[in-house]
Amino acid sequence: MIYLDHNATTPLDERVLEEMLPWLQGNWGNPSSVHAPGRAARSALEQAREQVAALTSAHPSQVVFTSGGTEANNMAIKGVAGRMPAAHLAASAVEHASVQQPLASLGRVGMTVSSISVNEYGQLDMQALAEAMRQGARFVSVMWANNETGVINDIAAVAAAVRDAGGILHTDAVQALAKLPVDFADSGAHLMSVSAHKINGPKGVGALLWDKAVDMEPLLHGGGQEKGRRGGTENIAAIVGFGRAAGLALAEQQGRYQHSLALRQHLEHGLAAQLPEAVIFGAGAERLPNTVFLALPGLEGETLLLELDRLGLAVSSGAACGSGYSEPSHVLHAMGVPAELARCALRISFGAGNTVSDVDALIAALQQAARLQLKSAAAW
Amino acid sequence: MSKTIYLDYAATTPVDERVAEKMCKYLVMEGGLFGNAASRSHSYGWAADQAVEEARKQVAQLVNCDPREIVWTSGATEADNLAIKGVAEFYVKKGKHIITSKTEHKAVLDVCRNLERFGYEVTYLEPESSGLIDLAKLEAAMRPDTILVSIMHVNNEIGVIQDIAAIGEMTRARGVLFHVDAAQSVGKVPIDLGRMKVDLMSFSAHKAYGPKGMGALYVRRKPRVRLEAQMHGGGHERGMRSGTLATHQIVGMGEAFRIAGEEMAQESERIRMLRDQLLKGVQDIEEVYVNGDMEHRVPHNLNISFNYVEGESLMMALRELAVSSGSACTSASLEPSYVLRAIGRPDELAHSSLRFSIGRYTTAEDIQHAVSLIHEKITKLRELSPLWDMYKEGIDLSTVQWSAH
Repeated sequence: MIYLDHNATTPLDERVLEEMLPWLQGNWGNPSSVHAPGRAARSALEQAREQVAALTSAHPSQVVFTSGGTEANNMAIKGVAGRMPAAHLAASAVEHASVQQPLASLGRVGMTVSSISVNEYGQLDMQALAEAMRQGARFVSVMWANNETGVINDIAAVAAAVRDAGGILHTDAVQALAKLPVDFADSGAHLMSVSAHKINGPKGVGALLWDKAVDMEPLLHGGGQEKGRRGGTENIAAIVGFGRAAGLALAEQQGRYQHSLALRQHLEHGLAAQLPEAVIFGAGAERLPNTVFLALPGLEGETLLLELDRLGLAVSSGAACGSGYSEPSHVLHAMGVPAELARCALRISFGAGNTVSDVDALIAALQQAARLQLKSAAAW
Repeated sequence: MSKTIYLDYAATTPVDERVAEKMCKYLVMEGGLFGNAASRSHSYGWAADQAVEEARKQVAQLVNCDPREIVWTSGATEADNLAIKGVAEFYVKKGKHIITSKTEHKAVLDVCRNLERFGYEVTYLEPESSGLIDLAKLEAAMRPDTILVSIMHVNNEIGVIQDIAAIGEMTRARGVLFHVDAAQSVGKVPIDLGRMKVDLMSFSAHKAYGPKGMGALYVRRKPRVRLEAQMHGGGHERGMRSGTLATHQIVGMGEAFRIAGEEMAQESERIRMLRDQLLKGVQDIEEVYVNGDMEHRVPHNLNISFNYVEGESLMMALRELAVSSGSACTSASLEPSYVLRAIGRPDELAHSSLRFSIGRYTTAEDIQHAVSLIHEKITKLRELSPLWDMYKEGIDLSTVQWSAH
């Protein structure tokens, strides 16, 4: 089986597992305890915080560990925007559900929430952002890179526009982290969400990077952990794993980028040559090196996915959380892609373990699926 | 320095080796079990989803409920937050009054305090000196606008067991929802949700030899309990809790709960003997007080005050023992335990208290060593204590007028 769905989740790096094992098999202190096992856990926790801070160019004191990207997004939105009196909130039209849904929940209790449009390539429309700020938006959430298309936003430019209007910017950098240099300090964002399991770390851990000039209420109360920002006994093994994964990502960032980019280019050249009818969404924009969101017109995505699974290729039609639904992608809808074409969408996302022959296998499988489809169409 | 003897299982437990072994299979590429359980388009996702559902059954089995009533969370703190805020927000039109007790875990108390800022009214029941809630006082506190009662099953500091079944009868009869923080009881005492009229129950994995960062909330289906989600997103866990499921942690919790179900009865007996050995070993020291009821109590816990000994010095002197003074979450602060205060212990006794919590890997030798160490150190500390001298001279310290310096 060839795994080409790294934007959904990544396998844990063996070196990360090695680092986690002692915390599952021998060291087990609670970092809040003052005895020796507790202090050892505390020190591991702080080392991991430094590693995550180093990867994101943040200060360790700005790193608040959470149970994942979804919690980080909820904490940023409910903890900051939710506490602004009668605030006007705005987010791009292509955000992940874990940004859209907490915003919608604030909308249900009376806050104004507006959507900022994107252009045909999926990039944030800067004029629409300026308009939202003129209309009074004070909390803005714009993702660094999109999980489906891989399209990258210019977060520094977005932050400048938001700050000029006196607003606060949150960015969901879950998909950008480790695939691109992500610099919290330079980005100008006030809040940034990251996750471990998208960077070959464990599931169940993430972080919110937080500029302390911004008032934030905790999402989880009780116990006073994370300096009162996030209650709950710290998930040491996973946090240590996140730290190690961050350390490895920082050390290997350049190599991983080149590796992914080479695979992406190989796929895109292959498609152009073998399946010229293929459409690549967001192709006109700067994109993550590992992501190709494509469609073979007339070949329905869900059918194609199952056929590819049968042929030994694991890919997806878009966001994993939405995979249960048959609704076409809201990202493509926002980009103005017609629904018929959006239904054919297929997301390929590479990881460190993929090879050129994986890409060749994918192209061959797509060709075969396209031929079968033509045959069955002819049989009709 | 000799090895630390760990007697702090109520703060956290080591992961059982069988649990750790199983968890490791769900992390790396090899074996194909690392997938995202929400991925519906390939076998990696299906395999993860299957593992998640198997673990859900294991958890449900230990507490005798329907697997569909189990909602995964990042721990008991999140489960408590989801239960209390979720009910408070969903049923706000019905009322804004909540009843809890002064000896609840901070995860319950802090949530309640926070709700007070938003116009909710909270009654904090004072337990009896045994640590148990007087049901008549609970009944008297109930009002027409009461929407929720939140009472823990087993207290984290003193280990006393509340009469959850009886409280459930009272709340159900009045149409009030009942939440139970069972972080300290699950795996230690039998829980039968088929019989107990509990509507919401919080569980933690790491107090039961599972991993940290993992818990669950039981949400009753019949009669149906509704909640406002606290983490919104992809709609995981039937919309009650979004976020990618941490398969390895879920599998770990499932395995830990399976083992608990199989070994609980035998293990509790063994632990009871160790606890009795510990109690017997320190009882002959003068001026020693057990905190909390001894009858309605899990065998895993012993909370003792050593009068005329200063708490911090005691912790330092006994640093070969990993024990806690109060709950771990607050043990870094110097405030006396709010639980001991609530059951009427004077500050001196609260300050000189230690919680010993015994678990799966505690041996009779550990206890024996702890007992002799306690004897030795208490004697030494009291030799240095002017208060002890005064007590021995027969001076009633409560009548002494201390002059300010």
